[in-house]
Amino acid sequence: MHPSAAEPAIATVRGHTTARTGARWPDATFRWFALLAALTIAALIALVGWELYHGSRLAIARFGLRFLASSTWDPVADQFGAWPFIFGTLVSSLIALLIAVPLGVATALFLTEIAPIKIRQPIIMTIEMLAAVPSVIFGLWGIFVLIPWLRDHLFKWLQELLGFLPLFRGPIYGVSMLAGGIIVAIMILPIVTSVSREILRSVPDLQREAAYALGATHWEVIRIAVLSYARRGVYGAAVLGLGRALGETMAVTMVIGNRPEISASLFAPGYTLASVIANEFTEATTDLYFSSLFELGLVLVAVTMLVNILAQLMLRTLAGGASGKVN
Amino acid sequence: MKKLLALALLSSFVTTVASAQMLINGAGATFPQPIYTKWFDAYSRVDASVRFNYQGIGSGGGQKQILSETVDFGASDGPMSDENLAKAPRTLWHIPTVAGAVVMSYNLPGDPKLKLDGATLAAIYLGKTIKWNDPAIAGQNPDVSLPDQDIVVVHRSDGSGTTYIFTDYLSSVSSEWKDKVGKNTSVNWPTGLGGKSNAGVAGQVKQSPGAIGYVELAYAIQNKLPYADMKNSSGNYITPSIDSVTAALATATIPDDFRFSMVNPPGHDAYPIAGTTWLLVYAQQKDHAKGEKLVQFLRWAYTDGEKMAADLLYSPLPANVQERVLNRIAQIKY
Repeated sequence: MHPSAAEPAIATVRGHTTARTGARWPDATFRWFALLAALTIAALIALVGWELYHGSRLAIARFGLRFLASSTWDPVADQFGAWPFIFGTLVSSLIALLIAVPLGVATALFLTEIAPIKIRQPIIMTIEMLAAVPSVIFGLWGIFVLIPWLRDHLFKWLQELLGFLPLFRGPIYGVSMLAGGIIVAIMILPIVTSVSREILRSVPDLQREAAYALGATHWEVIRIAVLSYARRGVYGAAVLGLGRALGETMAVTMVIGNRPEISASLFAPGYTLASVIANEFTEATTDLYFSSLFELGLVLVAVTMLVNILAQLMLRTLAGGASGKVN
Repeated sequence: MKKLLALALLSSFVTTVASAQMLINGAGATFPQPIYTKWFDAYSRVDASVRFNYQGIGSGGGQKQILSETVDFGASDGPMSDENLAKAPRTLWHIPTVAGAVVMSYNLPGDPKLKLDGATLAAIYLGKTIKWNDPAIAGQNPDVSLPDQDIVVVHRSDGSGTTYIFTDYLSSVSSEWKDKVGKNTSVNWPTGLGGKSNAGVAGQVKQSPGAIGYVELAYAIQNKLPYADMKNSSGNYITPSIDSVTAALATATIPDDFRFSMVNPPGHDAYPIAGTTWLLVYAQQKDHAKGEKLVQFLRWAYTDGEKMAADLLYSPLPANVQERVLNRIAQIKY
């Protein structure tokens, strides 16, 4: 850890000269402090994981792996199963990604490639303000503004246009899986946009100039030079957004209908892991009920980790060659 | 020298404040929180030496906290199960405080006054009666023109004492409901959308044409929601109100341990969907001083406190029940 005897007698640390026999302890202190901080975070994650496991032991012992496949959630009969919630979490997050990623990347492209410099900063500020709105406020806006509009206009229109697909059949209540997905999309839009913007900004101008030199149009430049180069980063932005989408609670529970049922239709109500825990935790009366909710928390953490690992694997295989280097 | 003086002054100030007020902690149900808050506030004028702190963390939380004795009293909208009560280290008593009604709110054109009975309500919530102009509903409401519209069923998504009272009622009027679903603060609903808390259900009902949902009476009155008259076991259609709930309480069968259900009672003027909320206190208080203050507060609550209930849209206990409760309070030892 300390320099060898061959080093000069006076060392330089951040522009200040320190005699080697003088103040060496700031270095050591800093190293230990940084190590402690990293260990604390790791310890916190381990503690959360252990608490979740400890709390769900009763449910794991009673239900085993059946818990993940069972669709019954019956607090009266003390029968619990996580499958409708896992389905709801995955589907609503997927819908959110499908809406937010194209929208976010397009906005980022607009901000970096097309928008005049003067209007870039106001738009960036507006998007960041979207991120500052609390989840509950989104939920309230969803109930009073979004849901009526969806029920009376968008969903009816979708059913007329695409009603032949099983995705768009069935009665329209307003509160639905699709509404949940839409509201989560709005919530992850700022993070996807900001990160994509940073990634796109980091694409060297040399790439763009090279494409122009080859006779590419503006869109071709964006497609060939910018997006291909930035593919990995944009993918990373999507994964970040997905991570937030999986855990979103308050806004989702207000618009998703809270019905633990699996349906082919996007207009049917659904339920997510985070929503059911938030809804039922305070009134869980029996120990098994309590433990099952803990196990749902464990499942949520496991699903988030699994999805992130899968995303990293896909990142490695798909976008592996997009470093933009000239071969 | 100055520092020492300041420290001495500060510590004397702190100790005087600390010794002036005793703190009694409680936690539990959110349904009675408004009236409990009012009681604590009014009681601080009666006896300034004690302060109460109440956290509305839910009935489940209240039961857990009193079992682990982290609070001095608990509060619950549903009675503790035998299983949970057995976990108590000493005898734990249920003390009913106030009662409230659960009303059926709906969204129909023109806001007509509907009359419903238990069997019809159970059929709606089981998903068997699906249209508003079904003969079962139309038969009870000959003066109302009911639309040929699907009934959108709304229930609570979060666990709640209101759900407990409602499902208790449905279990008592429908054996199919009792077998298929049962009663609890949270159940496996055969059909319907879930709204979070009274506000969620009311919001959902208001926004969805043809919706029906259950909310607390106090909430319905404050937010001017339309609600139905329910048929009681005597055959009369009763409008939910503070008096019709007190009437229900007066005729309900109340055992000695005060864990009772008051849905569908025999009374002539009784509203059938109502329930009471309980305080959970130990028969033998651990701390003598705190126990004494707690008992004094309880005595005040059942003599003067109950008079404040009606203003906050809760039903006070009728005289016969109040007497029994005061006898039980007299038995608490500290």
